[in-house]
Amino acid sequence: MASVATDDQILFESLLRLGDDSLILGQRLGEWCGHAPSVEVDLSLANMGLDLIGQATHFLNTAGAAEGKGRDGDALAFRRDVLDFRNCWLVEQPNGDFAQTMARQFLFSTWQEMLFGHLEGSSDETIAAIAAKAVKEVRYHAELAAEWVIRLGDGTEESRRRMAAGLDWHWRFVPELFEMDAIAAAAAERGIGADVAAFRDDYDVRIRAILAEATLDAPADQRPILGGRRGHHGEHLGHILAVMQYLPRTYPDATW
Amino acid sequence: MSKDWPLWEVFVRAKSGMSHRHVGSVHAPDAQIALRHARDTYTRRMEGVSLWVVPSASIAASDPGDDAANFEPALDKIYRHPTFYDIPDGITHI
Repeated sequence: MASVATDDQILFESLLRLGDDSLILGQRLGEWCGHAPSVEVDLSLANMGLDLIGQATHFLNTAGAAEGKGRDGDALAFRRDVLDFRNCWLVEQPNGDFAQTMARQFLFSTWQEMLFGHLEGSSDETIAAIAAKAVKEVRYHAELAAEWVIRLGDGTEESRRRMAAGLDWHWRFVPELFEMDAIAAAAAERGIGADVAAFRDDYDVRIRAILAEATLDAPADQRPILGGRRGHHGEHLGHILAVMQYLPRTYPDATW
Repeated sequence: MSKDWPLWEVFVRAKSGMSHRHVGSVHAPDAQIALRHARDTYTRRMEGVSLWVVPSASIAASDPGDDAANFEPALDKIYRHPTFYDIPDGITHI
C-alpha cells in the first residue's frame, strides 16, 4: 500500500488514526457522565473525555484539510461508517466497571503519552503542535489512571479482583498499538509519524513498574487482536457510532 | 463509594505571590487522589497555580456558641485600628 499511497494519503490516514483513537475513547468516557462512583470521579472522567474530544477535533479537522475533499472534523466524526474508522481496538472496548475503564485508560494513555512525545518532533508542523499541546493532557491521564490501577490492585479483595479482570480484558488489544504496517512505516519514514515499535520495550517497563506497585501480575499474553487501523472493528464500535452519530445524521447541520 | 472516603479541604493559590484560599472540599481515599480530585474539580478553568489539600478532620474550628466571647469584645475597641489615631502634621515615613 505504501508504494501506491501518495504523501497526502499517508498524512490523511495517519491523522485519522490519531483522531479516531481520541474521538472514540472520548466518547466512551462521556458515557460515564452522571454514572461515576462519585461526583469527583465523574468530573475526572468527563475532563479526560473532553481533552480527548479536543484532540480529535484538531486531528480530524487537519485530516479533512489533507484529504482536500471539503470534509471537516465534524463530517469525518459523524458521517463515516464503521469500516472507515481507523481507531485501535482498545479504545472501543466497553467501559465495564470503573476498574475496567481505568485499566483501559492506563494501557492507552501510557502509550499515547509516549506517542505524542515522539510526535512533538514530527516533520508535519500541525501534528507537532497538536502533540505538544496534548502531551501535557495525556501525561495527566496516564498518571491518574496509574494511581487508580495501584489503589484498586493493592486495595481490597474485590477491587483487586476487578482490576485484574479489567487488565485481563484489555491485554490482547495492546500489541495492536505497536503494529507498524505499511502506512505507519511510510509515515515514520517521512518523519510525519512515529516508529511505535521502537518504544514497545519502554512501554512494557512502565506498565510492569505500575503493576508491581499495584502488587498485580501482568496478565498472560493472549492471541493479539489486530486490524483496527485497516477498518476491522469489533461489535462495539457500531453501537458507539449509532449513539454518537444519531443526532447529526437525523438532523443534518442542526445547530444548538 | 464517596461516602466511604474522608473529606479533604481544598486550598487554591490563584497566582504566584498570593496566599492559598479555601475554595471547597472533595472526597478522596488519600492525599494524592484528593489532589487529583481537587485539580479536576476546582482548577479546570485556570483558577490556580498551586493546590493544597488538608484532611477536614485535622481542622480545629471555633465553637459558634462561643462567638460572643470570642469576637464581640473586639467590636468596641476601635483604638486597635490604625485609623483611630491622628497623625500629627510633619510626620513622614508612616
